[in-house]
Amino acid sequence: MTFELTEEQRMIQETARNFAAKEVLPKAAELDETGRFPEELVRQMAELGFMGVAIPEEYGGAGMDNVCYAIAMEEISRACASTGVIMSVNNSLACDPILKFGSEEIKREYLVPMAAGKTLGCFGLTEPGAGSDAGSQKTTAVRDGDFYVVNGSKNFITNAPQADTCILFTMTDRARAHKGITAFVVDMRWKGVSLGKLEKKMGIKASATSSIILEDVRVPAKNRLGNEGDGFKVAMNTLDGGRIGIAAQAVGIARAAMEDALAYARERKQFGQAISEFQAIQWMLADMATEIDAARLLTWQAAWMKDRKMRHSKESSMAKLYASEVAMRAAVKGIQIHGGYGYVKEYPAERHFRDAKITEIYEGTSEIQRLVISSALLKG
Amino acid sequence: MEFRLTEEQFQVEEMVRNLSRKEFAPRAGAVDEESRYPGENMRRLAGLGLLGMLYPAEYGGSEAGPVSYNIALREVASGCASTAVGMAVTSMVGEAIYRYGSEAQRKRYLPRLAGGVGAGAFALTEPGAGSDAGGMSAFAREESDAFVLNGAKAFITNGAHACVAIVMALAQKYPRKVGAFLVEPGTPGFEVGKAERKMGLKGSDTVSFAFDECRIPKSSLLGAPGEGLKIALGTLDGGRIGIASQAIGIARSALGIATEYAKERRQFGQPLGDFQAIQWMLADSATELEAAQLLVYRAASLKERGFPYSREASMAKVFATEAGNRACLKAVQVLGGYGYVSDYPVERHLRDIRVSTIYEGTSEIQRLVISRSLLR
Repeated sequence: MTFELTEEQRMIQETARNFAAKEVLPKAAELDETGRFPEELVRQMAELGFMGVAIPEEYGGAGMDNVCYAIAMEEISRACASTGVIMSVNNSLACDPILKFGSEEIKREYLVPMAAGKTLGCFGLTEPGAGSDAGSQKTTAVRDGDFYVVNGSKNFITNAPQADTCILFTMTDRARAHKGITAFVVDMRWKGVSLGKLEKKMGIKASATSSIILEDVRVPAKNRLGNEGDGFKVAMNTLDGGRIGIAAQAVGIARAAMEDALAYARERKQFGQAISEFQAIQWMLADMATEIDAARLLTWQAAWMKDRKMRHSKESSMAKLYASEVAMRAAVKGIQIHGGYGYVKEYPAERHFRDAKITEIYEGTSEIQRLVISSALLKG
Repeated sequence: MEFRLTEEQFQVEEMVRNLSRKEFAPRAGAVDEESRYPGENMRRLAGLGLLGMLYPAEYGGSEAGPVSYNIALREVASGCASTAVGMAVTSMVGEAIYRYGSEAQRKRYLPRLAGGVGAGAFALTEPGAGSDAGGMSAFAREESDAFVLNGAKAFITNGAHACVAIVMALAQKYPRKVGAFLVEPGTPGFEVGKAERKMGLKGSDTVSFAFDECRIPKSSLLGAPGEGLKIALGTLDGGRIGIASQAIGIARSALGIATEYAKERRQFGQPLGDFQAIQWMLADSATELEAAQLLVYRAASLKERGFPYSREASMAKVFATEAGNRACLKAVQVLGGYGYVSDYPVERHLRDIRVSTIYEGTSEIQRLVISRSLLR
């Protein structure tokens, strides 16, 4: 039992930390303010291999492990949570399912450019009426020779406005409920694919979220991931990995909240002393630091298990549930330590709070994580 | 990075888990009910080499290391928390003697502690010096051939069953210097007070010590004359990981019972486990205990490799003991009325775990340690 990073893990931590401090952090406030998609950062991250960290080099990725991925995600998100989620969706939700379920031909065509960051991916599972209840898909795919004809719409899709490629979930056999779901790799430029309106959001504003409308889209059968009816398995398996990415993002946001609060507490003087001299403030900082370490260990454990192809659904859910709630608590405390300055945009504390909230919602709400965890306990 | 136990650690876990389930857990109710010192459990631990896991065989130990030790302690605690604290303090005292003691001190005490001849006691707290340990007033006057101890110590775990106690006392008053002394029960002038009546951990004896012109040989000084506080704090760093493990053991047992109960108990026509209200409590307890376990393993692993681990030990302790308290409270809630009566052990778990956020450094002291290291 050891918790030291390997040489490679230490290297990516340093690379990501330096890049985040130099290139990402100085832009974070502006990105939040304008909601501009950080194209240049995505390009730079692609050069560093961050858009396909744990994808093998032969498929365009950096060929590192999932612990490296979690480490890099934390560092990027510590600087800018929006940039973090753009990276996470590409790595976990778009590249990973093709690596695991795609044919060699599909990997060559779609995974290679996406893992290299030349194209951007998104994940089309959620629908207006199918959120946590992902099995109740209404988008349909009907077989027509060598094609499927897809109709329906997808909702709240991160990266959709910039995406080249979508992992799309459809219903091919309604009678079989969630066993009738089928996943496809869809090119966003195909005829019949269009974007709905851009969502205005509370946080992660530089990450674009929109709906996708699918009208008689002809998807070649070879673009299917796995067999007909495998879609739910593809989605759940993918989310097991995605939750590691979001847990790491949450750890990064929590760290930002804590590190900013720590710096402020040292400088701010009240009652003749730095506020960090008061136990009321010390206690908040101690709890933030302890919970962040616990969240990171849960995240690394899940990533480490994924690297060893061990079953890690429960551990991913624990990491995601815990880290996201830690991020929220840390963000609340971060604002409190800043007082009035925490509520105004002159300091990033209020942004951390807005960014943290989404981590309890997307890629499975806290409620879904508790369902996964408790059913593992009660089955066992 | 390696999250798996080694083969040896895994074997320790299996062995102690079986022992604890088969022998300790069945007796734990009576130990609690009768406030009876679990001497037979301590002898069993000694026989298996589990009281000297932190020092080498030449002193009677098994040198299994901090990670294995914490695994063993956790498993003992999930069967009987009173036995676990007896084991924890005896092990901690042995480790301090191994670490700071002379060869003669090691040879005299370690085989006895590891062999279960008597427990070890650690006398730092005084009636007026709790978290503020430096404010102690016990004094060891130095004479030509002896130290003469005067003063009082309070809340001493294992005190009535100890074969040796590490007693912290001022070795010098101006300026204040603390010394650590090895004192044997039976020494004239050393009186063991009556056992405290406690909320939980009833099988573990907690007593006061009174020293009245108690003469102890010069050779009983542990370490250097001014090193007492350093020895105390260094020893507590390791002790804190142990208390975190104890808390996880107790809480895991409570969670396990609550989970089984939720599967069997039916209300409104379905098992309790089908209600999200119950599922949520179980999920939160399991998640927090998993996080606590990782914090414990991290601290123990740092210690095992000789790295600094003071902050990590405090994090493990404050987190595991508070998460453990929450988990036990939830377990009682899941069992409802059955959780409140002694037919099930969860009410004992709740009473036993309550002290874990208090002894070996309160949660408040842990937060001080952590925030100081952040602000340094």
